[in-house]
Amino acid sequence: MSARSYSLWLLARRSLRQHALSTSVTALSLALASGLVMAVLAIGAQSRTAFTIESTPFDAVLGARGSQLQLVLNSVFHLETSPGNLPWSTYEEVRARPGVRAAIPYAVGDNWRGFRVVGTDARMFDAQLLGTRTPRIARGRIFDETLREAVLGSFVAARTLARVGSAIHPSHGVDEGHEHDEDYVVVGVLAPTNTPLDRCVWIPIEGMFRMGGHVLRGGGEEYHAEHDEEIPDAVKEVSAVLLAFDSPQLGLELDREFNKNGKDATLAWPIARVMAELFDKLGWMDRVLTLVAALTMLVGAASIVASLYDAMHQRRRELAILRALGARRGQLSTVIVLEAAAIATFGALGGFAVYASILLVARDILRAETGIVLDPAAGHASLALVPLCLVALGAACGVIPAWKAYRVEVARDLGPTS
Amino acid sequence: MTRLVLELADVRKGYAAPDGARIEVLDVPELALAPGEQVALRGPSGTGKTTLLHVIAGIVRPDAGSVRVAGEDVARLDEAARDAWRARHVGYVFQTFNLLHGFSALENVALASMFAGPAKVGRARELLERVGLLGRLDYLPHKLSIGQQQRVAVARALVNAPQLVLADEPTGNLDRDNANAALALLRDTCRENDAALLVVSHDERVVERFERVLDLATLNRAAALGAKA
Ligand SMILES: Nc1ncnc2c1ncn2[C@@H]1O[C@H](COP(=O)(O)OP(=O)(O)OP(=O)(O)O)[C@@H](O)[C@H]1O
Ligand SMILES: [Mg+2]
Repeated sequence: MSARSYSLWLLARRSLRQHALSTSVTALSLALASGLVMAVLAIGAQSRTAFTIESTPFDAVLGARGSQLQLVLNSVFHLETSPGNLPWSTYEEVRARPGVRAAIPYAVGDNWRGFRVVGTDARMFDAQLLGTRTPRIARGRIFDETLREAVLGSFVAARTLARVGSAIHPSHGVDEGHEHDEDYVVVGVLAPTNTPLDRCVWIPIEGMFRMGGHVLRGGGEEYHAEHDEEIPDAVKEVSAVLLAFDSPQLGLELDREFNKNGKDATLAWPIARVMAELFDKLGWMDRVLTLVAALTMLVGAASIVASLYDAMHQRRRELAILRALGARRGQLSTVIVLEAAAIATFGALGGFAVYASILLVARDILRAETGIVLDPAAGHASLALVPLCLVALGAACGVIPAWKAYRVEVARDLGPTS
Repeated sequence: MTRLVLELADVRKGYAAPDGARIEVLDVPELALAPGEQVALRGPSGTGKTTLLHVIAGIVRPDAGSVRVAGEDVARLDEAARDAWRARHVGYVFQTFNLLHGFSALENVALASMFAGPAKVGRARELLERVGLLGRLDYLPHKLSIGQQQRVAVARALVNAPQLVLADEPTGNLDRDNANAALALLRDTCRENDAALLVVSHDERVVERFERVLDLATLNRAAALGAKA
């Protein structure tokens, strides 16, 4: 060992090694706690942005009368069941409104291998119309609206290993179940958007109307589409209409029209607000989790105090020897604070590993369940603040045992036989 | 006349007894050591031997009097200054050696130099070689024999090249042969390093080997009191 390695840090390091068990147990509990705090804060912040702002190319959803939240969850996040249908005429009306940049009809109710099948039209993939958040074709082409062709979201393609040319069989319902007879051919695979759109199977809306066993009630009576027969607009129905506006002004107008004055449809606008309200309602969960994790961190910090303080008893003699060798009181206290800060630093470093693991698992779950993709490498203020606070907290915890070290008296603690 | 290494004048130290009364433990009008001199200080248990060494080493501050070591009045320094001063000027050999458990022989010696400036690892190695422990540099204390531990303790006391080495019952728990060897080692090494040596002991076999022997019973006017109590 070189002369430079003889320092107070050497004393701290050696003592940590001598108490390796309590050092590592304490560091581990701090790692879990700080990793958890960082993960809760980062996931909370990231998913809020992902779910409210970045989740969709649309401004609003028009759907059957009911809850705006259910409408958004169903049409934007492809979760839950559809609250009901709208007549085709409503779609046509809103589409014709000046200021509506895009009105895309959705017809839902089927799945393929658990992935939502959405009947729509080709404008869904028009980036000029809908901006960059709408999926682009990565391989193949967009479906022909008159044929039994399907386009797969990137996540669907990755999970099912289906490719351009594969045949798929949609099933009735939103969960796997009764299979329709119709065969669809995959003609395109979409590029990832890291939004729920990646989890959809897209087919022409006409195909949805004609799917065996589907009933259209737009005309008040049940209508079964027959082969080779044009479906009258009067019987057509849509599950929802996804809307993009030229200006927010129109949102206000339509909100008044449909929600306040009308009785037949519900407009969820803006989508980001509806989701933000949901997050605010769920906010207490975040806070409870953060609080629990923060408390765990405090308990971990308290165990730094406990382990160092307990060790003080047997270390008194060692410290008295050091004092007799010329160590000042302040130097001994510094050693103890260094030890405490070092344990906390190990904890903070381990915390990053815990954070990364939690985020990787959460990312997979969230992507599988919603299509939203978290980025574990994305920065978040908590990734700097939590470790810094932890190390500061650790060092502060060292102060109590350090005070005990400060008060070591050579004449008393060296023992009677000195 | 050469300057004295140690010069004690009118040193007093007392403690409050459990009943609140004040007990005088040390009352030493005079004690002096020349450079390189080796002196034994005898005295029965309780006569204040350890207390005197603590006062000389600046571990305990006397109530009155002056303690000059290498020209510096230790009693006037504040605690932090005494600590720093002790690291540089005094070597201390304890009866039980008091080696640090978690540190190797070499580290034990080198650590003692850390509080007096940059650690002197080279000198630590050299001293351990001089006491015949070159092959044991990386041994932890509990893997060393008692005699070897003693040698580490001696090397440690000398690592800062102090002008004064204090030894408190340095042979206390050694058998006769080991005690003789340890004492010889201490005396030889101090001589080689030009350090004055003050050994306190109540063991006549130790004391009788010194040319100059002081009796604490006469040196310390408070000794009779303390010893009786
Ligand atoms: N901190 C203290 N408080 C009160 N009394 C003390 C204190 N330290 C020492 N004494 C008293 O001072 C006297 C001398 O103690 P000291 O340890 O110096 O004796 P000693 O000569 O080294 O004895 P021994 O040979 O047994 O080691 C004793 O009577 C002891 O009770
Ligand atoms: Mg004693």
